[in-house]
Amino acid sequence: MTKKKKAKISPRVKMPMQDPAKRGRNFTEVALGYEREMAVNEARRCLQCKKDTCRNGCPVEVDCKSFIRLVAEENFDQAFRVIKDTNSLPAICGRVCPQENQCEGTCKLRPTGHPIAIGRLERFVADNFYARNSCEQETGFLECVMPDDNLKVAAFGSGPSSLTLAGFLAARGVKVTIFEALHQPGGVLTYGIPEFRLPKSVVQREVESLEHLGVEFKCNFVGGMSITMEELFSQGCKAVFIGVGAGLPRFLSLPGENLVGVYSANEYLTRVNLMHGYKFPEYDTPVPKGKRVTVFGGGNVAMDAARTAYRLGASSVKVVYRRTKGEMPVRREELEHALDEGIELEILASPLSFHGDEAGSLQKVLLQKMELGEADQSGRRRPVPLKGQELELETDLAIIAVGTGANRVLTQTTPGLKLNKWGNIEVNPSTGETNMPMVFAGGDIVTGAATVVEAMGAGRTAAREILKRLK
Amino acid sequence: MINKILKKRILIPDRVSELTIHAPHIARNARPGNFVVLRLTPTGERIPLTIADRDPDNGTIVIVYLVLGKSTALLDTFQEGDIILDLCGPLGRPTEISRQGQVVCVGGGTGIAAMHHIAKGNYEAGNSVVSVIGARSRDLLLFKPELEKISSKVLISTDDGSLGHKGFVTQVLEMFLKENPGTREVVAVGPVPMMKAVAKVTSAFEVKTVVSLNSIMVDGVGMCGACRVSVAGETRFACVDGPEFDASQVDFDELMNRLNAFRSQEELSMKLFKKSNVK
Repeated sequence: MTKKKKAKISPRVKMPMQDPAKRGRNFTEVALGYEREMAVNEARRCLQCKKDTCRNGCPVEVDCKSFIRLVAEENFDQAFRVIKDTNSLPAICGRVCPQENQCEGTCKLRPTGHPIAIGRLERFVADNFYARNSCEQETGFLECVMPDDNLKVAAFGSGPSSLTLAGFLAARGVKVTIFEALHQPGGVLTYGIPEFRLPKSVVQREVESLEHLGVEFKCNFVGGMSITMEELFSQGCKAVFIGVGAGLPRFLSLPGENLVGVYSANEYLTRVNLMHGYKFPEYDTPVPKGKRVTVFGGGNVAMDAARTAYRLGASSVKVVYRRTKGEMPVRREELEHALDEGIELEILASPLSFHGDEAGSLQKVLLQKMELGEADQSGRRRPVPLKGQELELETDLAIIAVGTGANRVLTQTTPGLKLNKWGNIEVNPSTGETNMPMVFAGGDIVTGAATVVEAMGAGRTAAREILKRLK
Repeated sequence: MINKILKKRILIPDRVSELTIHAPHIARNARPGNFVVLRLTPTGERIPLTIADRDPDNGTIVIVYLVLGKSTALLDTFQEGDIILDLCGPLGRPTEISRQGQVVCVGGGTGIAAMHHIAKGNYEAGNSVVSVIGARSRDLLLFKPELEKISSKVLISTDDGSLGHKGFVTQVLEMFLKENPGTREVVAVGPVPMMKAVAKVTSAFEVKTVVSLNSIMVDGVGMCGACRVSVAGETRFACVDGPEFDASQVDFDELMNRLNAFRSQEELSMKLFKKSNVK
């Protein structure tokens, strides 16, 4: 491409946003979504490359090129069907996928700094479609498939991997039952990601569209406890998928960590998202309301917790991270949103200890200042303590968001299931099958904490293999 | 119908009741030591309650609750035929029961109900059960007849001396351990101060002691970490690593502190509930 041509490329159509000054204090969705005209204009920027690298960048291989062309032609319904062909949860993916590293990261226009806004277009197509009703519109298929009761498959956990698996199989006539330990389906989409980033109505809609396809959701059923793998197979299940995620929160093992006022991000976000604690006392689950809040970690979950704390009325929220801003694993867009809303960063700092008052409530945290040394195995420069440089932060609410480990409930009660040294399930990567025949697994319980769409990719891989074996 | 209350038995009026609930999948898989998490209304919170008994043949479980806050007060308004909105279980690791002769089961207050399932499990495993139970007065003593059926001995204490020894269960336990130096295991369920006191008594006799902890929980399946307790200096989750732990290793003071974390909100909730529930 010549320089002249490059100069012609127009910038991507801006996403309308809620005003930062207002949104920092409410739970309404931050990004408002494209209008029809914006979507069409954005889609028309697409070069329709011969080799569509964008598709390879997507873990569930959405045919981006085709659906974008259809948007440009204003054939939104057909665009939806193309997306739904490979992606069961488009309205969610369009919101929470790290598109910059996936489809948009492999877009030919990326070097210009203005790749096609594939995620935003996906969101537009899904929202536009779901705005109406009827079986066909809900599912993306011309007719609702009647599931065959003899082809029964069960899934543990109702997060993105199981939802994807269910969507794939149900659309092909398999009767899928999903067991969820909590009282509401969605897994991390429900308890973890806040309303302002992913409205629960969007998750609910995706769940309902699966129910229209005949997928059955059984809540309050804990895999391995309420119902075991053995019971399922003896009830005629042909295959079982384990998608229970990596919900076990990690702590820092520091003095004072169990003081009242120190929470895991999982607890904090679950109280707010799943239990609607922000509406206490209308809802019964209380939520700690900090005035001066510190959040530990640098990922999406840390930023979700920080932005939630601010919305719950904190006067200051500091995110403490041991490297620099550039190394934070959070999506750039979410970091920028957070900073715009007033979240502060305390970089190159790492917690040493938590201190409380006589009643055992958190009052302050002691931090160790760091500097960056040589690169470590991850390729990032390793943070090294700056001797003698400590920092005290007054805080009445500390939220720990330094990652999660494998949930052990199912794996502990299913003897014979092969795990790796981190407690994650070992699978054949090309089929998703575990060491137990016809038992498949995918998502964070296999890979450790990763993204929604990677979990979906794993659900799809397992579903393909299960279908092959069933038919 | 699943989660239907089949039977309600008032054990102490306005304070403690027992519900028999239809929940076949929980009844089938529940073991002594397990608990359930329940939620009563769409705006309700999730609360853990110990399974006091189960009947897999009839597909029922038994729970006993003490009216303490809004959720248990609301549960107390439920009658036979009502449905529990969400009932999840069985949860937690079952009690480790081995055939070893004699086990002393200590229960205080509402904890006696939870202790009953453990005592029954030991009895069924062929162990001789000595039950040591205590309450403030004889009218508040739960499960006495049930425990008499499965125990070789039931030792009783009441704070007011209305039945048995006047004083605390720990004093009765101490006397028993003095007279029976070969005692190998004690299981204690009750208020945290009682469990802490039991741990102190048994440590002098070097008897293996297990306590069942009632920490605050949200999900109950190892996801939130609200229930974390320090055991032998390490952070453990009562919902998936417990609820039972070696009493000598538990940091009871930290547990008491954490149980108070939402005290003011709980009081507000209860106050609003009482106001709206005036008959």
